[in-house]
Amino acid sequence: MRKLALSDEILLSIENPARYIGGEVNSVMKDPEKVDIRFAMCFPDVYEIGMSHLGIQILYDMFNQRDDIWCERVYSPWPDLDQILRRRNIPLFALESQDEIRKFDFLGITIQYEMCYTNILQILDLSKIPLRSEDRTWEDPLVIGGGPCVSNPEPLAPFFDLFYIGEGETVYYELMDLYKECKSAGCSRREFLEKAARIPGIYVPQLYQPIYHEDGTLESFDPLVEGIPKKIARQVVMDLSHTWYPRKPVVPFIRATQNRAVLEIQRGCIRGCRFCQAGMIYRPVRERDVDYLKELAKDLIQNTGHEEISLSSLSSSDYSHLPELLDFLIEECKKNGVNISLPSLRIDAFSLDVMSKVQDVKKSSLTFAPEAGTQRLRNVINKGLTEEDILEGAAQAFAGGWSKVKLYFMLGLPTETEEDQRAIARLAEQAARKYYEIPKDQRKGKCQITVSTSFFVPKPFTPFQWASMCPEEEYLSRAAVVRDEIKEQLNKKSIRYSWHEADVTILEGVLARGDRKVADVLLAAYEKGAVFDAWSEYFNYEYWKEAFAQTGIDPDFYTLRKREKAELFPWDFIDVQVAKSFLWKEWERSMTGEVTPNCRVQCSGCGASSLGGGVCIESKS
Amino acid sequence: MKVRVKFEKTGPMKYIGHLDMMRFFQKAIRRAGIDVAYSEGFSPHMIMSFAYPLGVGMTSSGEYFDLEINTPLSTAEMGRRFNSVMVEGVRVLSVREIPDDKKNKGMSLVAAADYYVDFAPGMEPAQDWKAAVSAFMAQPSVMMLKKTKRSMEETDIRPMIYRFEVENQRLFLQLASGSARNLKPDLVMEAFYRYMGEEIRPFAWKIHRQEIYADVGTEENRKLVTLESLGKIIE
Repeated sequence: MRKLALSDEILLSIENPARYIGGEVNSVMKDPEKVDIRFAMCFPDVYEIGMSHLGIQILYDMFNQRDDIWCERVYSPWPDLDQILRRRNIPLFALESQDEIRKFDFLGITIQYEMCYTNILQILDLSKIPLRSEDRTWEDPLVIGGGPCVSNPEPLAPFFDLFYIGEGETVYYELMDLYKECKSAGCSRREFLEKAARIPGIYVPQLYQPIYHEDGTLESFDPLVEGIPKKIARQVVMDLSHTWYPRKPVVPFIRATQNRAVLEIQRGCIRGCRFCQAGMIYRPVRERDVDYLKELAKDLIQNTGHEEISLSSLSSSDYSHLPELLDFLIEECKKNGVNISLPSLRIDAFSLDVMSKVQDVKKSSLTFAPEAGTQRLRNVINKGLTEEDILEGAAQAFAGGWSKVKLYFMLGLPTETEEDQRAIARLAEQAARKYYEIPKDQRKGKCQITVSTSFFVPKPFTPFQWASMCPEEEYLSRAAVVRDEIKEQLNKKSIRYSWHEADVTILEGVLARGDRKVADVLLAAYEKGAVFDAWSEYFNYEYWKEAFAQTGIDPDFYTLRKREKAELFPWDFIDVQVAKSFLWKEWERSMTGEVTPNCRVQCSGCGASSLGGGVCIESKS
Repeated sequence: MKVRVKFEKTGPMKYIGHLDMMRFFQKAIRRAGIDVAYSEGFSPHMIMSFAYPLGVGMTSSGEYFDLEINTPLSTAEMGRRFNSVMVEGVRVLSVREIPDDKKNKGMSLVAAADYYVDFAPGMEPAQDWKAAVSAFMAQPSVMMLKKTKRSMEETDIRPMIYRFEVENQRLFLQLASGSARNLKPDLVMEAFYRYMGEEIRPFAWKIHRQEIYADVGTEENRKLVTLESLGKIIE
């Protein structure tokens, strides 16, 4: 039997001890004596969130396919255990071997959202790894970051030895081989990092130096050593049908947030919404072959025993073989008593028909994401969903027996006016009316329209990377406009409204478009006690306010300042294969409300076609 | 066909709660390719019921659930299939056919259970606890505050303690269990410490459930048989 890192007494006095014991179905055990590289893969949030993430499962499987690597997992200890580990001086450990993280060769951290940045420091701290790269030696693991947030890794730069920019399937093996070579050749840590920086997609922050103008903006960003690239090429997998996919993903004992088998059907999105980072950086859209997906689905059901399988993509309706895939899944799942979950489907006659076949209409609710209240503003953000689409979709859904509809919007979008905010309430009212147009004897009681708004945060590598955010107090007053307008509606009793907090939005804004200077704020906030900032019960804005004051860093510089066309951004050293000139053109078009067609209708010349694959070559092949 | 599955839960699995254990087996049944029966309705679920939920922190070598299957397989084959998809700490010990009627449901049959109590090293009671055992059992009654369906009530738990003995360095307990009368081993230990006049230190002992029984005797004369023995081997 494996020996656990924590005693019985500790495990029985904390919440959900199953988070820390490992040993789940399909978790991988190896003999540490028989591998060359120990890799700890981390999702810096609680187990249930981390175990819901497909990316880690892909890399976990990919690494463990190699006999010379043992990849294990580690997640953020919840505050109850965090306290115990600190008090008793117990170093953080990996789930599988229960061995200390600091003994590993690599600690890989996936960075999925800004509000987990302090948790990264918690992981390093609890592992007893020096927080700053410059203080680490060969005795410490190499700390490598990946995931969507490394599209701008600069606020985290001092804490990481390396970043892997882009999709993980391409150069990790190469990096591992280099590590083995360097270790056996007796290279220094620095020598290894300099060699690693030559691998496409690998960014070693300490080998690059930002120089700032007097006004705080970036003047230059250059390599400090010869022979490493000035621009880091974001890694993209061009053939998604012949690559790594976990056929035996780890199945947790306790319920994860996404408690199901996940089938990623494609990467990228053709739609080009101007606020959406994923829609830009994952270009071009690349579909997985439908026969490959069928085979994967069978294996996933067989190997996990999950009661549900979910299709994953940014916009499943755009997958070209969706009907064929769904027919197969419905047949296959019926045999095994497995449910199918279909998020990110456009609501239309086809999807409603499919959903009524696979879901309990009475229980499930349908989600629309109009994102903005008026057509004018939807044109600004390039959200190609019309009021007619929404209301027609809602009407069909109500006719099909659904009575719950969710509507997602953003507040604080560029050019947004009070009229746009009020229109959110009126759109919800229109949807409710569609329900009450159904004769009374054919509908069941009231409908429930849930309106949710989040505050828009401009992200790097989107046309809105030039946008200014609102002052903090402005956000809540915009939410108040929506709330008050909903109260004026005839069917107000059928409409519920929820909105996000504004202080988190400001921080997200600072971290998303921050530079290296922001790292000091992060460290100061962590030292004051900030951790689990993504959890409202633990988030404390005061820590951050104090951290800004202490470091003399002005958040408004990152959120409110107007950015000019010529500004060099902290993230411009990354080549995401989408041209900055394209993003600027899109920014200008958004200001005049000009809509840009999706990739299948017409190529807009974003630059991704240079990769020579996906949707860019579809029509030609 | 209805089958009764007996399994053990040891090692790190003791931190997995009852509901998660149920979900673990639902998934395991799918992985094992056992043709299980589902309930009717829009959200069908497997027809399975656990005999006697085990608390978090306890290990067991005698856990049971009943399962309805469509396609019968032999005891050996089902055991093999289950054990090919288990994890460290869970092992299926037997799969047997049981009569398909309400009164044979595992849950309603439970009448008693065996437990072992091991003291953590250095955490044994200060006094001669082995000697105290028979004196404790010689008491005509043992009054303890016990949780009933509605409230806490002063109850004589002595009649519910069928056996309480020293076995090597551990304690062996056989206690009334099930819906009619149910006694938890922790409460007996509490009473025992009180009897000895000793303070209970947290995490002083670990509990292992050894077996679960049905009572096939009369009101006057108990006749305990294991839940497993009520099923028959499928050839």
